[in-house]
Amino acid sequence: MLTAERSPKLETDLKQLAHDVVRRAMAGGASAAEAVVHDGSEFSTVVRLGEVETLKEAGSHAMGLRVFFGRRSASTHTSDLSAEGLRQLVEGALALARLTSEDPHAGLAEPELLGSASGDLQLYFDDVYSLPTEERIAWARRAEAAALSADPRIRNSEGGSFDAANNHKVMVNSLGFAGEYKSSYCSLAAVPIAQIEDSPMQRDYWFSVARTLRKLDSPEHVGRVAAERALRRLGARKVKTARVPVIFDPMVARSLLDTISQAVNGDAIYRGASFLAGKLGEKIAGENVTVIDDGIMPGGFGTSPFDDEGVPTQRTTVIERGVLKSYLLNTYTARKLGLKTTGNAARGLAGTPGISSGNFFLQPGTRSPHKILADVRQGLYVTEFLGFGVNLVTGDYSRGASGLWIENGEPAYPVEEITVAGSLRDMFNNISEIGTDLEFRGSTAAPTLRIDGMTVAGE
Amino acid sequence: MDNNKFFFQRYGLAEQDLERYLAAALSAGGDFADLYFEYQYSTSISVDESMVKSATQGISAGCGVRVISGERTGYAYTGELTSERILHAARTAALIASGPSKTPIAGFKPEAMRSLYPATPSVDAEMASKLDLVQRADRAARAYDPRIAQVRVSYADELRHILVVGSDGSMAADVQPLARMNVFCIAKNGADGNSARGSTGGGGRVALDFFLTEKTPEHFATEAARQAIIQLDARPTPAGEMEVVLGPGWPGILLHEAIGHGLEADFNRKGTSAFTGLVGKRVASEKCTVVDNGTLPSRRGSLNVDDEGSPTQNTVLIEKGILKQYLSDKLSSRLMGIPDTGNGRRESFEHIPMPRMTNTYMLAGQDDPADILRSVKYGIFAKNFGGGQVDITNGKFVFSASEAYLIEDGQVTAPLKGCSLIGNGPDVLTRVSMVGNDLALDEGVGTCGKDGQSVPVGVGIPTLKVDRITVGGTK
Repeated sequence: MLTAERSPKLETDLKQLAHDVVRRAMAGGASAAEAVVHDGSEFSTVVRLGEVETLKEAGSHAMGLRVFFGRRSASTHTSDLSAEGLRQLVEGALALARLTSEDPHAGLAEPELLGSASGDLQLYFDDVYSLPTEERIAWARRAEAAALSADPRIRNSEGGSFDAANNHKVMVNSLGFAGEYKSSYCSLAAVPIAQIEDSPMQRDYWFSVARTLRKLDSPEHVGRVAAERALRRLGARKVKTARVPVIFDPMVARSLLDTISQAVNGDAIYRGASFLAGKLGEKIAGENVTVIDDGIMPGGFGTSPFDDEGVPTQRTTVIERGVLKSYLLNTYTARKLGLKTTGNAARGLAGTPGISSGNFFLQPGTRSPHKILADVRQGLYVTEFLGFGVNLVTGDYSRGASGLWIENGEPAYPVEEITVAGSLRDMFNNISEIGTDLEFRGSTAAPTLRIDGMTVAGE
Repeated sequence: MDNNKFFFQRYGLAEQDLERYLAAALSAGGDFADLYFEYQYSTSISVDESMVKSATQGISAGCGVRVISGERTGYAYTGELTSERILHAARTAALIASGPSKTPIAGFKPEAMRSLYPATPSVDAEMASKLDLVQRADRAARAYDPRIAQVRVSYADELRHILVVGSDGSMAADVQPLARMNVFCIAKNGADGNSARGSTGGGGRVALDFFLTEKTPEHFATEAARQAIIQLDARPTPAGEMEVVLGPGWPGILLHEAIGHGLEADFNRKGTSAFTGLVGKRVASEKCTVVDNGTLPSRRGSLNVDDEGSPTQNTVLIEKGILKQYLSDKLSSRLMGIPDTGNGRRESFEHIPMPRMTNTYMLAGQDDPADILRSVKYGIFAKNFGGGQVDITNGKFVFSASEAYLIEDGQVTAPLKGCSLIGNGPDVLTRVSMVGNDLALDEGVGTCGKDGQSVPVGVGIPTLKVDRITVGGTK
């Protein structure tokens, strides 16, 4: 069996390997270089109808290298960390960099900006790998069993699952930055299917995710919630096309926050590929809207001590009382826009760094989700979006949806095969209610929201 | 069988080693085990703001070991192709079974090979030639119209060596090229005017030559720029149920989402698909015949063999409206007693194979596309699409149009923005009342995601008229 415990020797080895590669790139004529190593292991199991369906366990590692010749750059990556693999990695990058263009804004981060956030960020707990395989399978089985036994109308299942993963990231550059950190992750999920006689089946899911087993919800809770979510969809119908208040439950409100984070991404901003380009300092949302990107929140799924250019992560106020205060930037986009990086550089192994948010969330409001619903005479409570109908350039928004129809403050019946459409500009300004129920189930989070003036299309 | 030799030569593997690994995989029993070796080399280059900002190359290699015991699958992989690590993976995967060890069949019978791919893989071409392609596209897009404000062009290719050996003595090797070019444009109406986007792309399992002779950089660039310029004048889309005409080619994503996923055998074996139990039943109008064909030369979704080593096929899914069969891999084939249609695919050695589509399209019908448009009093002409998604259990699917127009009195009129379509898989094709004679496959841009695994696919349709579908607009 693979074990999650990495000996200190291996950590040093990966860092040493990264140092070696950077040194060899510099010896080969590069003016700057940066190496990143990912090393991880994963475990997953799915139990379906009580029986183990899949069991997967493995580990892998890979290295990426970025080199500069002045303002030209290129990158290579490999999963082959043998001497021959690393030789190809270095020589390939040096050769490719001759082909690329001088770009006045290209380069590593300014040396004085490099560093690492201090303190214990609570990213790594070795308990995620502490359970024996049989116990992990039992957790997955319990989650599914709780869903299946919740109600006789739960008639089938795509299973219960338990996942665990560890990652170790190393970053070294020729300006003297060398950093590394480990992170852990575990999750539990259930996907039941509900059906009444021969009417259409309805599937839904629920999950719990954490950096330590101690913070995972019980398998029984996960299974029960999953069953409730599938059951409440039974008998769903279409509704007439109408303009009504739309309530976003926290899971779908979260997708709206993802859209905001993409719209303030420096890459889209400098290209003019976002409807928020050039709007810094302007009012783009209602006064009740404050959005934060926090890269240093302890234990967060979007937390890290430094970004993928070796710049410390930070807490950034993106929207304050409706006013756009900051974009999310890496070194390149900051230079393009004449601003300072916000420590949001993100890269895989290949290519130039992009941008990703840290823990990105909408500040909770003062009303309970129950009260928000109680005020709706007639409207739509959206519990799931389907499809990708968001155009960041124009702000046009049109997505498939399902959820519950609300009449006189109460859920009346489930609805599906409808769309919810509007423009993001209007939507941000028409958030009329914000719930108290902010909870992180990933790196992006939002409480319950009510948005007025959207079009629900159906029959 | 030169293809086999790649792993034998590069990693010093011999057939006895493969037998030893398979024996370790079956050391706790099980019905079947296989090894999947993969070595992928990729390159990319892109032009952005007329500068070559990025050039990359990369290598990813490893081996995945699978053990099947009844309905159970054990899987482990390693990125280090050494005997020690592969044996370790094999013993880990073996733990799915619990019984006396089994012995794999000695001696491998290599799968006879055809070739659907060009002889000269593009990854071996000079990077300078690829650079020339992206720069040509950049120039062509900018030359199209002065309102084109931003252009980003990328070219990426890969060559994937695979070797799959099974405990039943099966052995197949393949060397799969894949290349793709993408152009993304933003158009802007003056300094303070509105903006719009346009994007396009294409390629396939083609040599670099394809981009010089068949689909040139200028072709993709002009198309992306044209879309962006048209969208500058787009109006809000009406909302509600109406008649919709789908243009030929990429709008075939409708079939992929509405029908294709629901016909994958794993969902039907578990009874979780809206299509479960419908084989032999009517699921489409008589005018509809839909196939999944992995054997088309050079297509993005084509493969000589799937990722379980089985030859791909041309499978009829729906014939004149009647559902004929599901798309299967080895596991579902064995458990359901249905043919293995050669649709077992996986993203990489890190993933368990499952039934996936290849190139999914509807055969041409009899109708003149112009007549189809003329027959619509008030509706939508959806000419091109972005992405789509489906819930296979309740059958609901959605996709977003990137280029759509209003149809008024049989005439295509105003361009529309923010248009998505939502429908129900098992009945949308029953509302197809006209099928054009102009079948086209997409240009080679499709990537399909399922359970977190991405694989390249193709889609296609002739011009189609759907009598009633919900259009998600704002008006």
